[in-house]
Amino acid sequence: MAHYRLQCPITEGQVSELRINDTVTLDGSLFGIRDATLIHLFDRGRRTRFDLSGHAVIHTAPNVHKVPLTPEHPAGYAPVCVGTTTSARMERFTAPLMRDYGVRLILGKGGLMADSAAAFIAFGGAYLAVVGGAAALETTWIEAIEDVDLDDLNPESLWRFKVSGFGPLLVAMDSHGGNLYLEVEAQANARRAAALVTLGVMP
Amino acid sequence: MAEPLRIDPTAIIQVATELYIRALKILPPDIKAGLAQLQERENHPTARSVLGTIMENIRVAETGHMLLCQDTGVPIYNVSIGRNVAVDGFALKEALRAGCAQATRDHPLRSSVVHPLTRSNEHNSCGRGVPIIHIDFCAAEGVLEIEMIPKGSGSENQSWLKMALPADGVAAIKTFVIDCVLAAGAKPCPPTIVGVGIGGTADACMHLAKIAATRPLYSSCDDPAAAALEVELGAAVNSLGIGPQGLGGDATAFAVHIETAATHITLNPVAVNLQCHSARRASARITREGLSYGF
Repeated sequence: MAHYRLQCPITEGQVSELRINDTVTLDGSLFGIRDATLIHLFDRGRRTRFDLSGHAVIHTAPNVHKVPLTPEHPAGYAPVCVGTTTSARMERFTAPLMRDYGVRLILGKGGLMADSAAAFIAFGGAYLAVVGGAAALETTWIEAIEDVDLDDLNPESLWRFKVSGFGPLLVAMDSHGGNLYLEVEAQANARRAAALVTLGVMP
Repeated sequence: MAEPLRIDPTAIIQVATELYIRALKILPPDIKAGLAQLQERENHPTARSVLGTIMENIRVAETGHMLLCQDTGVPIYNVSIGRNVAVDGFALKEALRAGCAQATRDHPLRSSVVHPLTRSNEHNSCGRGVPIIHIDFCAAEGVLEIEMIPKGSGSENQSWLKMALPADGVAAIKTFVIDCVLAAGAKPCPPTIVGVGIGGTADACMHLAKIAATRPLYSSCDDPAAAALEVELGAAVNSLGIGPQGLGGDATAFAVHIETAATHITLNPVAVNLQCHSARRASARITREGLSYGF
């Protein structure tokens, strides 16, 4: 179980070093995406001016405060609370994000499913688990909102955060087929019968 | 009889604002105690680390007056009106709505509420029928209480109703609860409070599940048959090994909470509604002595 300190963009080689149960701390750029962002990018044919190649995206829709443009707030937004949302809703967008935009790392909570696991293997990517509901702590890792695109979708805009010491995050799905969620799910399903026996439902 | 407690609806606007923000920033003491207890019992190393991060987050939020979670939820106000209270009920509902919008605008908070078809966001946490307002009456003299719950969507998305058959009995209820927790897996931000509604009609059953999911920890259902089932199901759920954030461990749920209502001879309804580890709620109590805030 190794710990990595990464600054994106990263290469396929760097991703392939990551194995489940490793931890990662990010510095530099991190892009925020959400349901509406992805629906507009992939179902409604819109494009972003951001270069996401080799980058990390996080499933989020932050609480922000509109502020005057200053060097500290180059996009005119100050973060109020930046947290992580349930990734499973955005499952079908993992492969296109990696194939069309070159995204390498997806940060979220609750894990992704079979199509994403296959995409991580095919394109060289990994899923980093953030502790959901720990948004106050997460917000302290955000230095600034550097830029924003597709802002008509606010709060589900495409955000570019500048982060410092963002983590540690747990590698929960890797580019070699490692998948902590599948392991836990298989174990839980295997324990179902025993639970029903103790409840007197099954003999 | 004493003079009635007279409620000024315009004063309720500020109460509704304050409640929303308090709920988003201060976690109730029973939930904190529950987390500490889960941490003490936890054997899985990843789970211990996740629970540690959750507790660190509470400390950061409360000392820095920050939001515990980014999800401002669907705002719910539960009003309980005691006896000998004079209140314009319609004006009260309008005031709760105005207070909810004011909190969103002034803090500011992310408005998480959209129209269900157009998905348009009014950016005030309000919309058709939202905030959700429940009004009930209680026996206490000269008291009006308002409970505010910002219900997070990660856990709300994990909600189910089954109209089981009477012939399938309690076994169907138990199996359904276990299968819902398995289906939810990592998605609802475990450890959760598993809210279970049993009986009533379809809509009443789902509402009971929500009451159960948002009930304080270390409380039991006042229906003795259900209270026994709470203990039994609680142990069974925590034998599954889903763990905090679904990354494995002992702490899948704080507890299973159940609420019941009588039902029809042909019905056996069971509903499940989950509450995430950031089980936020705040309450205000208005009496002749004044206004006080709690959980």
